[in-house]
Amino acid sequence: MTPNDNIKKKLKDFIREVFLVGDEDQELSDGDSFMQTGIIDSTGVLELASFIEREFAFTIEDDEMTPQNLDSISNLVAFISKKIG
Amino acid sequence: MKFNKESLKIDARLVSEQLAETILKQVRVTLKKAGAVVGISGGLDSSVVLALCAKALGPDRVVGVMMPETDSSPDSQQLAQALADRFGVQTVVENITPALEGMGCYRRRDEAIREVFPEYDHTYKNKITIPTNILEKETFNFFTLTIENAAGETKSKRMPPSAYLKVVAASNLKQRLRMTTLYYHAEERNYAVAGTGNKDEHCQGFFVKYGDGGADLKPIAHLFKVQIYQLAEELGVPDEIIKRVPTTDTYSAGSTQEEFFFGLDFYRMDMLWYAMENGVPTDEAAKVMNLSEQQARRAYANIQRKIDGTEYLRLPPLEVQSKQSGKSGKLM
Repeated sequence: MTPNDNIKKKLKDFIREVFLVGDEDQELSDGDSFMQTGIIDSTGVLELASFIEREFAFTIEDDEMTPQNLDSISNLVAFISKKIG
Repeated sequence: MKFNKESLKIDARLVSEQLAETILKQVRVTLKKAGAVVGISGGLDSSVVLALCAKALGPDRVVGVMMPETDSSPDSQQLAQALADRFGVQTVVENITPALEGMGCYRRRDEAIREVFPEYDHTYKNKITIPTNILEKETFNFFTLTIENAAGETKSKRMPPSAYLKVVAASNLKQRLRMTTLYYHAEERNYAVAGTGNKDEHCQGFFVKYGDGGADLKPIAHLFKVQIYQLAEELGVPDEIIKRVPTTDTYSAGSTQEEFFFGLDFYRMDMLWYAMENGVPTDEAAKVMNLSEQQARRAYANIQRKIDGTEYLRLPPLEVQSKQSGKSGKLM
């Protein structure tokens, strides 16, 4: 398993546990927008940011709270690997 | 459709006449109530609703209820009284601070704030804001807590979810207690409660479910804020209310509605939202609004996110039994 695969697995596990409980039929592809698919709302964004900071031990700056960084599994993996890489 | 800078202009005289007719029918015929109570804060929306109710029902069948608390702006009550005097409407003042203290509103909120800023105490003011640069940057609507000490020095930090949820839950006690108070005064007189939310608040979810969202009628919930300004002028709402910057009147450091929730000034937000609703392409909307297409696209996306993300606020309680069938019995 590559480091990026590891990041992806942790993110997917978190999203399934926190945002998709009771909605197991919801398919989550790596490129799907969390906001457009309605998986995560504005409170969910805070929960996601908090999880990433705790799990990967870095601080997300306010100007990094963007869809380009946080709005899909693919974007998150790219952002996190850049921050911890 | 043709979209231009006048697209949200209304015939304020005609609209106010139509709204008054509707209010009269809703209150007296549909709800079978003798009048209306309106919570008045000295803000634009509640002022317009009070004026419309007075026009519709007669001033002697309307009561304006002022419900200040510790964090309210001192101007609010004075402006609300000036408004009621202008329209000849009776007022009631209910200071809700003791009840909020009894419910632990301030204590619970302060404990949550101390999770972010341990030094916070009653000498500080506080507010919550979201990014207000939504045209300049694609951004999520995350929440920042700002505290201000007696010397006016401020500190800001993005809120962790637990603290954010606690602060909001505690602060929402204010709106829910106001709703309870309004219903007391309504039921005591066999009146209806007239809600004061506009379209911006109603559709983007800037209200508290069963708080300020709890009412018997919502006469301006279909109108954009910029149209409420036009009605206010037509109805003769005092100038100092029309010129006042809209605030939440909930957080002690004076959070404007733009920085607390909308992230954009009302004119541009309402115009771009109207364009989006009516299928105006972003390049066309951008041209009319002197923006880049990317800026218009960001505004469309931000507004749509708020509408989608707050859908649950507008849902009635979910029932298992179908309302259409009206049959009892099987759950599945």
